Amino acid sequence: MADLVIKGGTVLDTAGERVSDVLIRGGHVVDVGPGLSGDEVLDASGCLVTPGLVDVHVHLREPGMEEAETIETGARAAALGGYTAVVAMPNTTPALDDPIVVRAVLAAARHASCEVASSGAITRGRKGEELAPLGEMHALGVRLFTDDGDCVADAGVMRRALEYSRMLPGAVISQHAEDPDLVAGGAMHEGEWSSRLGIPGRPAAAEEVIVARDVILAGLTGARVHFQHVSTAGAVELVRQAKARGLAVTAEAAPHHFTLTDECCASFDPLFKVNPPLRTAADLAAIKAGLADGTIDCVATDHAPHPTEAKERPFAEAPSGMLGLETALALVWDELVEPGVLTPVQAFAACSWNPAAIAGLGHHGGPVAADAPANLCVFDPALRWEVDPGRLASRARNTPYGGRRLTGKVRHTVLHGDVVVRDGTATR
Amino acid sequence: MRHLLSIADLDRSGIEEILDLAESFREVTRRDIPKVPALRGKVVVSLFYEDSTRTRISFETAAKRLSCDVMAFSVASSSIAKGESLRDTVRTIEAMGIDAVVVRHQAAGTPRRIAGWIDAHVVNAGDGCHQHPTQALLDAFTLRSHLGPRLDGAHVAIVGDILHSRVARSDALAFAALGARVTLVAPPTLLPSTTAGWPVDVRHDLDDLLPDLDAIVMLRIQRERQAQSRFPSLREYTDRFGLTVERARRLRPDALIMHPGPMNRGVEIAAEVADGPRSVILEQVANGVSVRMAVLYRLLAGGATGFGGTGFGGTGGADAPGGETTGRG
Repeated sequence: MADLVIKGGTVLDTAGERVSDVLIRGGHVVDVGPGLSGDEVLDASGCLVTPGLVDVHVHLREPGMEEAETIETGARAAALGGYTAVVAMPNTTPALDDPIVVRAVLAAARHASCEVASSGAITRGRKGEELAPLGEMHALGVRLFTDDGDCVADAGVMRRALEYSRMLPGAVISQHAEDPDLVAGGAMHEGEWSSRLGIPGRPAAAEEVIVARDVILAGLTGARVHFQHVSTAGAVELVRQAKARGLAVTAEAAPHHFTLTDECCASFDPLFKVNPPLRTAADLAAIKAGLADGTIDCVATDHAPHPTEAKERPFAEAPSGMLGLETALALVWDELVEPGVLTPVQAFAACSWNPAAIAGLGHHGGPVAADAPANLCVFDPALRWEVDPGRLASRARNTPYGGRRLTGKVRHTVLHGDVVVRDGTATR
Repeated sequence: MRHLLSIADLDRSGIEEILDLAESFREVTRRDIPKVPALRGKVVVSLFYEDSTRTRISFETAAKRLSCDVMAFSVASSSIAKGESLRDTVRTIEAMGIDAVVVRHQAAGTPRRIAGWIDAHVVNAGDGCHQHPTQALLDAFTLRSHLGPRLDGAHVAIVGDILHSRVARSDALAFAALGARVTLVAPPTLLPSTTAGWPVDVRHDLDDLLPDLDAIVMLRIQRERQAQSRFPSLREYTDRFGLTVERARRLRPDALIMHPGPMNRGVEIAAEVADGPRSVILEQVANGVSVRMAVLYRLLAGGATGFGGTGFGGTGGADAPGGETTGRG
């Protein structure tokens, strides 16, 4: 069996950082240390060698919206971004609310460039009314349940979902926290900019009332709750208090919520339209503080491809969401690590082993040690590049970062011992 | 000035330049043959995604009085109804060889997006709840023609559904840029979540204000807002915010009463008040044509058209400063 050696890098994982080579054989790491050699060499000089990244929140659009993304193209974008595992959201057509559809997604993902875990909808058709077959989907390996795209608004339904999930080992109920009545018709953050621009607003309170309610329900039921794309200072504080009380609450933040503000919407370009919306500079600072003190456990992209023509519709009428997989780690590095908000280890905790733990993806997230599965990311923190929407691997082009210069790029990605990205180029 | 998308794109001198030009065009509209060859050969398209007969006719009249060729793009009978995208529609129209497009759209920001896609000049004829700059210019023109060329210190109230009003957003910026004091009057449910940075005062009570006003702009109130729980009933709305006969009596005798139309008589304004001697509502409509002539001329003449005979020289040229924040104090 051929050996693969990653040479000359600095290994970074839960155990910290050390200069080491990594020897891989048969899909596993077999040795970590200096002076290793193998049949095939991946140069990692100047690079960090880390556990592969894990994204608990991506939209791969298959089945139903393959003109925007497929499992194949989305997984390739993920691999190029350093991800070795992603959790696909259930707002497909049909929705991932049934074992048959979940099985189809898992089958389609078998040869993808990264591991694709399927989420399962909490309610049938994501309608927020009746529970979906959580147990049947759990039996297929589903651990993260969410109606993402829509909030489970009915408190009674949310309570039952939380209670029921307690008997499913490793299951977590993941909430898109936005009260539908409070956001009704809104297309951007409600505040100074929405007031000036005449765009209907989505208030921060819409997110916060659901987070507050679900924290209380987590206390009532003892179940695990994960809050998706936390975007407001108030929501960060609510999660912080819940954790202080010892509740089983986790939270994610999306890169756009710590890099962009509602002022971007003054261009009326729907590339900046996303749910929950881009917030204020004060919210952005609170997200960073929440990541720094561990209130927010992980970075999740909410990668949401849309066809160009859909994003050329008027702002209020265009669909919400933006691409994220290929820019996330560079944004984390540029906006969080370089300015000293996070240490490199904290950054990779938020992008790799924390989300792996939340989603029950135990064979991802490291450590980089003998006998561990070889799911690895080799990141060059010094490489400067410019985001060119036309060159993204995603089928869609709706990145809000087009033309932005970033520092730090994924050089190689190794999935189950196979090189799926070599020198910035996908091999599958 | 390349486009007219928002009052925020104009400073005081930019607004005054258009209003001064509109004075000259008002003289033209009063001639026996109210037409000049100023923009002969120029093609103006009106592209109205939202029904608005009055604004469309006002623009088309203005364009025709400048001898433009005018094409009306009707949404209902066009390719738009067949699902053509906005971008394809405007690029297709532009490919026919046009000079300006006058856009009305139900979504905020659409004229700005269109301006980024085509080379022709774009005039915003109302976009969602965002802006209606020519309405603000014609309202300012109407104020000036009664209160004098300078509005410094004049107190104007804008009353009603500020939240959903592109007229309020445009008027407030234009009046304030010209030196007027602007007070917005509405229940909290019909105001934006914040007016931080707006050059206005905000009040929830109309009665105290009436004796101090030089002009009052009444906004149309839509019944559907009641269904959104923004006020309990039209009766209660009229009771607190309607310009009733009794309230109109408490205005100063020379105060102007304005309404951008169409009116809900008996709701935000009493019929007797709308038709009364201090109402300048029809004058606003007439002024709309002169102001829109000025805007089209300003955009399309570009200094190249020989039209020295009537004193419109030197009006084309430099771009106005851009950006949403301009002139917001």
